[in-house]
Amino acid sequence: MAARARFAFTVLAFGYAFLYLPIALVIVYSFNDSRLVTVWAGFSTKWWSALFANEAMLSAAWLSLRIAFVSATAAALIGLAAGYALARAPRFPGRTLFGSLVIAPMVMPEIVMGIAMLLLFVGSDSLLGGPQRGFLTIVIAHTTFAIAFVAVVVQARLADFDRSLEEAAMDLGATPWTAFLTVTLPMIAPAVASGWLLAFTLSLDDLVLTQFVAGAQSQTLPMQVYSSVRLGVDPQINALATLIVIVAVLALTTSGWLTRRRI
Amino acid sequence: MRLVIALPYAWLGIFFLLPFGLVLAIALGSAAPDSAPPVTLGLSLKNFALLLSDDLYVAAWLGSLRIAATSTLAALLLGYPMAYAIARADPRWRPILLMAVILPFWTSFLIRVYAWMGLLASNGLVNQFLRWSGLVGDPGTILGTEWAIHLGIVYAYLPFMVLPLYAALEKLDGGLLEAAADLGANPVVAFLTVTLPLSLPGIVAGCLLVFIPAVGEFVIPDLLGGTGTLMIGKVLWDEFFLNADWPLAAAVAVCLLLLLLGPIALFQRQQARSLERP
Repeated sequence: MAARARFAFTVLAFGYAFLYLPIALVIVYSFNDSRLVTVWAGFSTKWWSALFANEAMLSAAWLSLRIAFVSATAAALIGLAAGYALARAPRFPGRTLFGSLVIAPMVMPEIVMGIAMLLLFVGSDSLLGGPQRGFLTIVIAHTTFAIAFVAVVVQARLADFDRSLEEAAMDLGATPWTAFLTVTLPMIAPAVASGWLLAFTLSLDDLVLTQFVAGAQSQTLPMQVYSSVRLGVDPQINALATLIVIVAVLALTTSGWLTRRRI
Repeated sequence: MRLVIALPYAWLGIFFLLPFGLVLAIALGSAAPDSAPPVTLGLSLKNFALLLSDDLYVAAWLGSLRIAATSTLAALLLGYPMAYAIARADPRWRPILLMAVILPFWTSFLIRVYAWMGLLASNGLVNQFLRWSGLVGDPGTILGTEWAIHLGIVYAYLPFMVLPLYAALEKLDGGLLEAAADLGANPVVAFLTVTLPLSLPGIVAGCLLVFIPAVGEFVIPDLLGGTGTLMIGKVLWDEFFLNADWPLAAAVAVCLLLLLLGPIALFQRQQARSLERP
């Protein structure tokens, strides 16, 4: 028994060290005085001041936040509908296709989805004269990608509840819409909220899909980071990474708290 | 209810299904560098013929499949013991241990790949450690090699491997192992004949979740691999952004999709089955 416990401990210690040491080092070196991220040259916050004075990075971050907010909200609405349909409508024409369509973006290589969506926007631009590539096309692409994640969470949550509550509400005279608003929605609200957060995070982080559909004017945060790190390591990016880790920890704790809370 | 079905159906039909039709149409055309968009529509299979006959592309296809397969195996070998240890841990600790696996997934993918750029550089900490430990005389530069790509894939996709494995292992009835032991099986035999077969759905799901994105991966080979790295995602990117050969890039996308159709269908079937009996 002791040998087994020691094995489990070693495995977990090694696994978590592998997962967290690189991130920890990125954080530590954001406070390094040297430009090199391999040599420690004393404590400094100069990369942090440089980051907060970096106009291009800040405006990219602001653009990314706005895109993430809009696309997460759209994905939460459509994903809610998709998850609800999958859980509560056992049979309708084309249900198999519907189910595949909803899940497919989760496993589609991003690079394939990127080129496909760009061709759609180029096609609609030459046939219908729009939309211009930029904010709107990025939002559409991110929404399409994130619907799957919301739908899966919502469907799983709905599968936990049987229909009897909704049916009872309707027996008592509620219209299906009222029953949904007063019974179903409060039950699955935590799932929708954590799906929204996931969609928000995915949008904020996406590079490949965005690079295809962004057009020339829009620079999102990952695009800015990518063009900077292609040239090599940069302590400003370390500072930015530290901020992202802090936000991620907050987001995940919130989401964990939302999904664990039971009504 | 009709509206509830119609809204996502229409959205995904227009923005997901329709674009793939366009990709196929463009893949049959030819490049027209001087017009905008740089494409002439047509009905020729020459892009596909090129992809299947040119040594460079064949090497890229094989390279992607090989790197994705070995990385998936490495992630399984690392992820399985972790998932097993978490599933066997004190129930009070499990949510925290699990959360610690998920957390990196919520931080930026790009940043996690970036973290390895500094670590694997020629005077980076990994090399400093290797030299100090004396295990390797001159480790050379790891950054820019296939080693770095493997490491990056395992690191970035490990959570996708651990989660389905954990879900399968956590459901495992401890009584079955006791029964096996009572019937004279030693722990190794019990593991091979009880635990491993029962966790197979988790193994399949985890491997697919790592393998599928790894085949089409772009960021990791681009940032951690060298200039000579041949992976199909990078080839597609370069054809599109550097050479502006949209039809050829579209043909690469079609082939990549056909290649992954089997794994994707397998994943979907499994996903559908696990959702039907939660």
